[in-house]
Amino acid sequence: MEKNLRSFFRRSTLNVILCVAFFAAVSYMISAKILNRYYTNIINLVLIYIIAAVSLNLTCGYLGQLPLGHAGFMSIGAYTAAIITTHFTLPDIGPVSGKALLFLIATVAGGVMAMAAGVLIGLPALRLKGDYLAIITLAFGEIIRVLVQNIKITGGAMGLGGIGKYTNFGWGFFWTVIVVAFTYLLINSRHGRAIKSVREDEIAAESVGINLTYYKIVAFAGAAFFAGVSGSLFAHHICYLEPGNFGYNMSIEMLVMVVLGGLGSISGSIIAATVLTIIPEVLQSFATWKMIIYSLLLVVVMIFKPSGLMGDYEFSAARLISRMLRRKEAAPKLPENYTEGGESDD
Amino acid sequence: MTNRTQRAPLVPVPSGFLMREQDVDKTPVLEIRHLGVDFGGLTAVEDFNMALGRTEIAGLIGPNGAGKTTVFNLLTNEIEPTRGIIMIDGYDTRGKKPYEICRMGVARTFQNIRLFRNMTVLENVKIGLHNEMKYSLGEAVLRLPRYWSNETVSDMRALELLSFFNMQDAAELKAGSLPYGAQRRLEIVRALATNPSLLLLDEPAAGMNPSETLELMNNIRRIRDEFNIAVLLIEHDMNLVMGVCDGIVVLNYGKIIAKGSPDDIMSDPVVIEAYLGKADQ
Repeated sequence: MEKNLRSFFRRSTLNVILCVAFFAAVSYMISAKILNRYYTNIINLVLIYIIAAVSLNLTCGYLGQLPLGHAGFMSIGAYTAAIITTHFTLPDIGPVSGKALLFLIATVAGGVMAMAAGVLIGLPALRLKGDYLAIITLAFGEIIRVLVQNIKITGGAMGLGGIGKYTNFGWGFFWTVIVVAFTYLLINSRHGRAIKSVREDEIAAESVGINLTYYKIVAFAGAAFFAGVSGSLFAHHICYLEPGNFGYNMSIEMLVMVVLGGLGSISGSIIAATVLTIIPEVLQSFATWKMIIYSLLLVVVMIFKPSGLMGDYEFSAARLISRMLRRKEAAPKLPENYTEGGESDD
Repeated sequence: MTNRTQRAPLVPVPSGFLMREQDVDKTPVLEIRHLGVDFGGLTAVEDFNMALGRTEIAGLIGPNGAGKTTVFNLLTNEIEPTRGIIMIDGYDTRGKKPYEICRMGVARTFQNIRLFRNMTVLENVKIGLHNEMKYSLGEAVLRLPRYWSNETVSDMRALELLSFFNMQDAAELKAGSLPYGAQRRLEIVRALATNPSLLLLDEPAAGMNPSETLELMNNIRRIRDEFNIAVLLIEHDMNLVMGVCDGIVVLNYGKIIAKGSPDDIMSDPVVIEAYLGKADQ
């Protein structure tokens, strides 16, 4: 136990140091105007997509289901948070800015609302599998879109404007670290093993005492929560919401990120979300060829590496360093499949 | 490996079985009364009665399609019975989910191996230990002390269980990469990890050569003796069934056609007719 604990602390410390270093470096580059506003916007968008993709990986990669309604949960989170920040104000409490606190509360509330919706839709939908679940969740996403279009508080088809631009690199990075750490720590526990066993074989999982419904709902709700969070960040990034933002195209885009990165790999989702957000920007000058190149990339990866870029392999800073050290001396063997603070590679 | 071929003295019990003497006067670990199931108009199992002592090894045999695996699926409630009662440790299993049946003390293996193929051997066993570990989602995500103590204990327990079949060195391998025989053994280890009082083995010797079957026979006895549990097995290999079982139930067309000790069954004309006259194998 002590050995495991010590190695966990060592790896965690390393990851925290790497995260802080990465955060400090990027923050400095932003404040020193090395990265202009255009690049900063892209970085924020990348972080938002990472949060959404990693959370979708929980249902898609680990639970092994095929949900197509992730944008629906993002939408719920986005509107909830936006309505809260546009309708309320908080006074500054000491050094804590009221706006920041309100944004934090609104984001958590957005996540909780999305999670509630996740449980609500999950209870009936998770009785179904594969294509059937995909269709139900697809329908759910559309219901949310139509609902948002037709109720008053969301601004209807006109959209919801006047949202403060609260999302910055700090918030994006904070939530990215939370979602990555949460997913990693959950997956490497008895609860995570239960979730993975559902993916591997439902009948066998149930025969060894795994409550299928419970773990499906846990994974579904967890994914919905972070989808809501990423929705909130998205809302306060583009500052203007319209129902069309969260169409089923966006759900598909998330799914593509997860599958391209590798089902069941957190670092894969991070890499894929980064690459797939940056590529359209890079290809901006080849406007006519943009979508063809993007699609071709997907086709090529799926043909040559159907398990995704990373498969179910995880990037680990600790393992990388120990491998570098091993050239000089035989370093102690680290457990396989270790990752945490994988965001240090984005 | 200890080889205990010596049989405990057997005494007849009302269910038509011969029970080990040490089990008499104890509640049977499994009691089935008038069990039946219909699939649409087809009656797959009808009026199935049996009881199983605490440390008994029983065999369920019959020609292909006789309904043996259906009985297993009824026992774990994967299929809800249409009629009849199943009692495990004296508790009725009606309306229970398969995972609840597992917590009541029934573990099983499958005819076509169902391992968590993309997970390691150790993880497979630790999923079996899932309900032995007691820490919440919050404790897991925050890595509180209970996480560490539970995980350490279950790591040791899993390795101990694997060492029962001498598989501890394969702990870090992917379960799907194991050879066939080892996969069958791992499935048994995973079932044992759930701390059952009744182990159901569905064709454990399928695809094994005679020497592997002999080893399996010893292993089944070792499981009974060291874990002190009852074993109910479906098997087509008559050497194994006759060699290891205390009592045998013969099923044909969903009905019990004979019940008794191996010697009785071997000489039963009804059984011989069912196998030689009607079997489609």
